[in-house]
Amino acid sequence: MAKYKMHVLVCGGTGCKASQSAQIVDNLKAVLAEKGMQDEVQVITTGCFGFCEKGPIVKMMPDNTFYTQVTPEDARTIVEEHIIKGRKVTNLLYTDPENNEHVSDSKHMGFYKKQIRIALRNCGFIDPENIDESISRGGYEALGKCLTEMKPEDVIQEIKLSGLRGRGGGGFPTGLKWEIASKNHADQKYVVCNADEGDPGAFMDRSIMEGDPHSIIEAMAICGYAIGATKGLVYIRAEYPLAIDRLQIAIRQAREYGLLGQDIMGSGFDFDIELRYGAGAFVCGEETALIHSMEGKRGEPTFKPPFPAVSGYLGKPTNVNNVETFANIPVIITKGADWFNKIGTEKSKGTKVFALAGQINNVGLIEVPMGITLREVIYEIGGGIKDGKEFKAVQTGGPSGGCLTKKHLDTPIDYDNLIAAGSMMGSGGMVVMDETSCMVSIAKFYLEFTCEESCGKCTPCRIGNKRLCEMLTKISKGNGTMEDLYELRNLAAVIKDTALCGLGQTSPNPVLSTLDNFWDEYVEHVVDKKCRAGVCKSLMSYEIDQNKCVGCTACARNCPVGAIKGEKKMPHTIDLAVCIKCGACIERCKFGAISIK
Amino acid sequence: MVKLTIDNKPVEVAEGTTILKAARQAGINIPTLCYFELDGMKFENKPGGCRVCVVEVEGRKNLAPACATDVMEGMVVHTHSARVINARKTVVELILSDHPNDCLQCSKSGDCELQTLAQKLGIREIPFKGEQSTYKKDSTLSVERDMDKCIMCRRCETMCNKIQSVGALSAVNRGFEAVVSPAFDQPLSESSCINCGQCVQVCPVGALSLVDNVADVMKAIADPTKTVVVQTAPAVRVALGEEFGMEPGSIVTGKMAAALRRLGFNYVFDTDWSADLTIMEEGTELLGRIGKVLGGDKTAKLPIFTSCCPGWVSFYEKNFPDMLEYPSTAKSPQQMFGAVAKNYFAEKIGVKREDMVVVSIMPCLAKKSEAAREEFKVNGNPDVDFSLSTRELAHMIKQCNLNLNDMPDEDFDSPLGESTGAAVIFGATGGVMEAAVRTAYEVFTKKKLDNIDFEVLRGFDGVKTATVDFAGTPINVAVVYGLNNARIIMEEVRDGNPRGFHAVEVMACPGGCIGGAGQPYHHGDSSIIRKRMEATYREDAGKPIRKSHENPSIIAIYKEYFGEPCGHKSHELLHTHYFDRSKKVEKE
Amino acid sequence: MATIKLSESKIKTIKDICKSFDNKSGEVINVLHQVQGAFGYLPAEVQEVVAMELNMPVAQVYGIVSFYSFFTMQPKGEHPISICLGTACYVRGAEKVLDEFKRQLNINVGETTKDGKFSLNCLRCVGACGLAPVVMVGDKVYGRLTPDNVKDIIAEYNN
Repeated sequence: MAKYKMHVLVCGGTGCKASQSAQIVDNLKAVLAEKGMQDEVQVITTGCFGFCEKGPIVKMMPDNTFYTQVTPEDARTIVEEHIIKGRKVTNLLYTDPENNEHVSDSKHMGFYKKQIRIALRNCGFIDPENIDESISRGGYEALGKCLTEMKPEDVIQEIKLSGLRGRGGGGFPTGLKWEIASKNHADQKYVVCNADEGDPGAFMDRSIMEGDPHSIIEAMAICGYAIGATKGLVYIRAEYPLAIDRLQIAIRQAREYGLLGQDIMGSGFDFDIELRYGAGAFVCGEETALIHSMEGKRGEPTFKPPFPAVSGYLGKPTNVNNVETFANIPVIITKGADWFNKIGTEKSKGTKVFALAGQINNVGLIEVPMGITLREVIYEIGGGIKDGKEFKAVQTGGPSGGCLTKKHLDTPIDYDNLIAAGSMMGSGGMVVMDETSCMVSIAKFYLEFTCEESCGKCTPCRIGNKRLCEMLTKISKGNGTMEDLYELRNLAAVIKDTALCGLGQTSPNPVLSTLDNFWDEYVEHVVDKKCRAGVCKSLMSYEIDQNKCVGCTACARNCPVGAIKGEKKMPHTIDLAVCIKCGACIERCKFGAISIK
Repeated sequence: MVKLTIDNKPVEVAEGTTILKAARQAGINIPTLCYFELDGMKFENKPGGCRVCVVEVEGRKNLAPACATDVMEGMVVHTHSARVINARKTVVELILSDHPNDCLQCSKSGDCELQTLAQKLGIREIPFKGEQSTYKKDSTLSVERDMDKCIMCRRCETMCNKIQSVGALSAVNRGFEAVVSPAFDQPLSESSCINCGQCVQVCPVGALSLVDNVADVMKAIADPTKTVVVQTAPAVRVALGEEFGMEPGSIVTGKMAAALRRLGFNYVFDTDWSADLTIMEEGTELLGRIGKVLGGDKTAKLPIFTSCCPGWVSFYEKNFPDMLEYPSTAKSPQQMFGAVAKNYFAEKIGVKREDMVVVSIMPCLAKKSEAAREEFKVNGNPDVDFSLSTRELAHMIKQCNLNLNDMPDEDFDSPLGESTGAAVIFGATGGVMEAAVRTAYEVFTKKKLDNIDFEVLRGFDGVKTATVDFAGTPINVAVVYGLNNARIIMEEVRDGNPRGFHAVEVMACPGGCIGGAGQPYHHGDSSIIRKRMEATYREDAGKPIRKSHENPSIIAIYKEYFGEPCGHKSHELLHTHYFDRSKKVEKE
Repeated sequence: MATIKLSESKIKTIKDICKSFDNKSGEVINVLHQVQGAFGYLPAEVQEVVAMELNMPVAQVYGIVSFYSFFTMQPKGEHPISICLGTACYVRGAEKVLDEFKRQLNINVGETTKDGKFSLNCLRCVGACGLAPVVMVGDKVYGRLTPDNVKDIIAEYNN
């Protein structure tokens, strides 16, 4: 980056792109050209900065000014004020909600303060389509070190010492996995990167691939060297076109630089990578299902053992790791296992990337050290609950995880604590809920997802989850009985005990954890026929307060089914037999006269 | 060897044994549902999907499927702990919650593995209520599908794809909607299905069943204007007894003839008779082709493939339309019988063709479709009117309050009832080839064959090859069952027949017709098929005449009616031709 | 067996795609991706030709097409509308937005309007959780939606 005086980093993550960040880049370039500064200031489209809530993000280098919620129209101001006159554009700076002061450097923002960025180290700092930028930040150094200074067994030893565990959900020790694959001898072995991120509400892997594709390529090559594989495959969702593009560009550049292909860095080691496309099946996140899908079959899991390390893709030893796991590898090699294993807790080392979402002020992508508490994540990084509402639950682990409550707020986050609390790390979805979320409905939401995504191979998942879902529907409609609640628990336990694959076995977790943590809410639905969050439509009725209603007719005009009747300037009434409980009336009423009972 | 404990019993088994098999060796029978194996026939369906066979393995977090879990040293297994029984019951209850549970009317009742399991587990109510899968009913001429009953064991899919390579069925959709189906949920009759019916034979429930023609036959018998003639295939007599509680391998030829007579059939004949006729025609055709090829005739194709098996005939018509010149043009024994009955015999007894009803009793479901082929009809009247399977005959006998056990031994009627040992062995894989060799050898060499037991052509291997010395001329033969094995040979022949085969016998079903889809259900117990095979060779050995060309009534009919094998009259009645039934893409 | 009718150019497209994968049945998913990319959807006849070219049973091809939600046998509308039902969007009211689309277009999920203009689908997480709830029309992302916005979005494409 030497020849430019200044760099403007514009977030090209999916969230910011959706808010016209590409237009910002075009406008910046146009204004710079107009001023004749195109050779002095470089505009770079980067991967995700993480702070999606405040996107699109534009960052000025080298002074680290962090502009938020930038519009294409702001491009001119940024050039004319910041670049030419050296004045910060204050209205684009982040405002600290605590003291209403502008913060210009992201380091000082609550959102970033507690984060440690290992897997996301380059996201937002480099142009992911330029291998030189990756190399300038240490890219491929680890691969070089492995090939020139380390034997394959040293690499495995280093990863084992680091304590790194699989970031895709299971938490299996990565070094051990590599060791098993390395010990199985075969004429061909494979390294597979699981980039089939299917967890609803999670986009960590996508951001890494979009923001720093070279770290994945490098790590896969390291893995290939360690286990004795010459072929790598990235199984990536077809729904991620940008990530696919960037990976393809990165692979091409790596080949041009001799970092992939024959005789890498003159070491005699050959390694190359191909892409395989997922086609929309959550179950393909399970490694045996993923392998079958890559082989051109239905993505149905098979019973393990045999593990892929013994018999995987095309029957050959195959090592499958997910994107985030790979993203950690190069850093462990360059900085050493001892550096890495000092971060985190006793059994969970390093950091974890979470996609923080839901009813929280700072939605975005965060990377935090293992052992951080939910409270720190939600209140310090996440900036607390939206609209000052009360925290109710946080869901981690997606459809395989569970809902944690206030009592878990001070639990340090790591693999084992989350499992003990009835949830799991999962791939990193973290959805925060306030009092407007109904826990029966949340359980139902996840079960509906599981039912839709079940491969249908084993009975417990195919029929069992369907029945769980039906029972939850029955309860949310106010037709449940206490027997249903007990049967719900028994069936959930049997599914957990008998399902074929990891996904089936964890699929009842949303039910079990909400039963454990929100039993009263279930009982309310069953016995009192009430939904305290006001989500379950069958358990609600709308009422117009005759004293507050002024007869403005706004509600009646907007009711899609004509359920509201009343004379102008006279209090209105709702015909409950016709009402579909859509809530349109409440939104229109300026007098707070309509309420849900 | 690996040592482990199952239900407190020390067990020692070979490495790589599953818990299920280890338990069986220890006399502990863990129930299964989707798991299915035909030992020694390379058929194994092990999706690990039903979860009925789950057991508790100490130290493991989840229950383990016994069918798919290999034993490990020191493993401690519990097959009936409270946790296991609760899980197993819940799993079966779940299956039943998506099942019509109409056992009283179900064709599989009494033979249904799900029913047996529910009974064994003492399931008295189904705690789960909810949506049930519904699919449209579908039927070919042989196979009926009622997928509402499907439990996704995938046995049919494995059979159709791995063993038969027919590829008509596949798992489709996913989750609760997952089911086994032809492409696009189209009718099976429009798929690549060849009606072998092996999917029916392995289906544990009533999802796949046969097309039942018993009522049609009863109606014909009851019609005084009809003369009803019945023929029984070789493999039926070694299996029918099982339906009446007899040991597998019991030979019930005489009792069956007696029962058929009591059921009201006017003439009780034997397909074995026409099997001998088939050998005369096919054997002569083989020798003719060898002669032509040796004489440099490029139009004559070798090897000759047998054409007795209608599943196989459909298979090559659909998959190898470029190779229709290879199979023998001889009709199958069922159709030869039908043609002779409705021409020669009808004429002889003075019955008009349309007043004669020919019924065949077959181990097969494809025979139903074969009988309905247009080329086997005269003015719309089929040579064989109805084909009943062994199971349907058993039902018919039971329906009429008869018990096979009580029947005396009776003979078939004359003249289409006399047969040789060569015809009997048609029922087992390799039998047609052995019978053909017995005759062709003597015709070709003009010498008497001393040892007529060709052991190399017998047994359960899916592919057998042998070279038979025809007095200095080596004749290379192959015997296969399972259509994937046949496909491999066909492709090899297409690629130039490098092994120089002269003749290939193909049967679609495991072990040949004795393992046919119309036979009593074997439920994966391959020893039953083995015993039927042993009985077949026993019956052959006990026959006074064991070569087709020595069958006196065959000799007589050539003298009286056909003249000579492959002659003009033979070609008219006993030979057929094949059609390109492959799928075509047409440009729009 | 039935005869499959398809235009010559489509047959050629399919054949070319299959050939580019060496007609290997193991590549069927990649082939289907490209074929769907070319035609927009995978009708039965197209699957038949793919099966023939890759020398595999069409039942298996259909087994794959019906397994993966990305593959569709229905032609999509001119403007395919995808509503994100990922958790983040769900807890921020995506279902209400979906209901409004269904009501306005008078179609269900997976269907296409009679004039072929719009089709409605759900997807799980487009990775723009910061903008939840999110809807995509074609490649364009609309974020932070309420049911009130639905009318305007449809109007944008309805002239």
